[in-house]
Amino acid sequence: MAGPALIPAGDFRTTYAADTTIFPTTTSRNFAILGVALLCLAPQLFSGYWLSILIQIGIFSIAALGLNILVGFTGQISIGHAAFFLLGAFTSAYISNNAPIPVFFAIPLAGLVTALVGLIFGIPAARLKGLYLVIATLAAQYILLDFFSRAEWFSGGSVPASAEPFSIFGYTLRGDRQYFYVVLAYVLLSYILVTNLMRTRDGRALVAIRDHYLSAEIMGINLTRYRTLSFGLAAFFAGIAGALYAHYQLVVSQEGFGIERSILFLAMIIIGGTGSIMGTLMGTAFVVLLPEAMEFISHHLKGGAIDKALSLNTNITFLREIAIGVIIIAFLMFEPDGLAHRWRQIKAYWKLYPFSH
Amino acid sequence: MATSLEVRGVSLRFGGVRALTDVSFAIREGELFSIIGPNGAGKTSIVNCISGRYKPTEGQLFYRDRDITGLTPNARASLGIGRTFQNLALFHHMSVLDNIMVGRHHLLRNNFLTGSLYWLTGARKEELEHRRKVEEIIDFLDLQPVRKATAGTLPYGLRKRVELARAMALEPRLILLDEPMAGMNFEEKEDMARYIVDLNEEFGMTVVMIEHDMGVVMDISHRVMVLDFGKKIAEGDPATVLADPHVRRAYLGEEDEVLVDPDDASPAQESAA
Repeated sequence: MAGPALIPAGDFRTTYAADTTIFPTTTSRNFAILGVALLCLAPQLFSGYWLSILIQIGIFSIAALGLNILVGFTGQISIGHAAFFLLGAFTSAYISNNAPIPVFFAIPLAGLVTALVGLIFGIPAARLKGLYLVIATLAAQYILLDFFSRAEWFSGGSVPASAEPFSIFGYTLRGDRQYFYVVLAYVLLSYILVTNLMRTRDGRALVAIRDHYLSAEIMGINLTRYRTLSFGLAAFFAGIAGALYAHYQLVVSQEGFGIERSILFLAMIIIGGTGSIMGTLMGTAFVVLLPEAMEFISHHLKGGAIDKALSLNTNITFLREIAIGVIIIAFLMFEPDGLAHRWRQIKAYWKLYPFSH
Repeated sequence: MATSLEVRGVSLRFGGVRALTDVSFAIREGELFSIIGPNGAGKTSIVNCISGRYKPTEGQLFYRDRDITGLTPNARASLGIGRTFQNLALFHHMSVLDNIMVGRHHLLRNNFLTGSLYWLTGARKEELEHRRKVEEIIDFLDLQPVRKATAGTLPYGLRKRVELARAMALEPRLILLDEPMAGMNFEEKEDMARYIVDLNEEFGMTVVMIEHDMGVVMDISHRVMVLDFGKKIAEGDPATVLADPHVRRAYLGEEDEVLVDPDDASPAQESAA
């Protein structure tokens, strides 16, 4: 009976410490380190456009990671995640504009504020399940958005709020090339923290609640506390991501952070794999890159035979939106465990090749 | 011997259905106590009342002289009451190891903050210490070959054993086993009976067991209680209970009243099948 990860023959663990490492093998750890090292070179290698895509993947993957804690690991659901993202963005902009706090500290502070608000919304939500919870989180989305459009002192109302560039101890980072490292650091930190969380007591408690909440309670887990906690954690990462986004764009606007963005966050974790940490990153990359790929395809279709035959004309740009919908449906039907599962299968295939059957 | 658990006049009603009516009994520390009775007699209901799934409509529960009637299930787990379920209730997507580690929830001190900072806060050290304890349980129940397997993929008999391991990981002083041998073959039952006796004698746990296999119940229990239609009809040592005419009629199916005509009975059985 094979475990979740295939371990090469002859690789025996002689201590419990060696059996609880993040990476199952030394090779996989080295590959991860190599990947991070290559990413550190990215600002030198990529053009401004692709660098901005990488930064977006990084920022959204932190928010999606938060949502995965809530949806993938705790088995709750939220379609108000974008509102918490926006709350983090506005809060960080507000703090750095109105208090003598450098942006370096404003970002984690915004995360904490968002987590607090998440906890408040989490208290009633922890007692709800399924469809009722969907409606409750939908309400959270609209309450927060309504607050943003009314509270001019906080968010500027209908005028977008400005945010200061990232600074620490009087030194200001300017441009994507420098900001990239800030995002990279936050991504690494978030992913390491959540990986640790999931292999310790409270992370296991969350998964236990997802798998069988009745027996989780019998095992001594306080359901209300942990469900609420999971909302707080999800909001925390959404807030951090939002704050990073604010100081990246240097302006915060409600535009593009309605319910459709919340659903896009859900799409990221469904495509990547609910309950998979690395899957979150894959899913985010997929969702961010998909419009680029569709742009590429529709650009090449334009004026071609298919375009003429179907008389698509301007409608060709809608291919992008349609493609996202189609791909979510396809993933739910054919790969409900997401890209992370597919990736494991590919790895297993090569490891066992040519004796895979 | 000191009293481990005392159930005092517990009644449980679901609307018009009386699941339990005025049930009282006491379990002594270190005892292996069995609850038997026909289907629907209220055996699982009483265990659910003890573990906190149900709140009794009337009556009180005392655990080590403390009133636990109003406590939540998770608070009772921290007091040292563990249980297994009749219908498997494992965490299906977790590994066997993680399933058992969940049982140690109330014994672990790290939380989401210290756990996230794994190396800096001693969470790693604590997890490893508890891993050692979990491995002792794995050794005891012979679960070594499947410790990394996903719980949902295991065959039935093994899942029952993982559930026992998870309940043991709580380090309970009182363990409630709801039909630990249901659906097992003879060899598996033998193994399970041995584990239960060891739980009681080696680990010193007070065991409350619901079981239908009369052979096992008579062999290993110290005392037996019989429920029928939510009422206690007998309690005592196995031999006395077995000899009780009420018990024989209610549970063991002794036909001491009207003999059923086999010709009349057969069509009914067919339609039931």
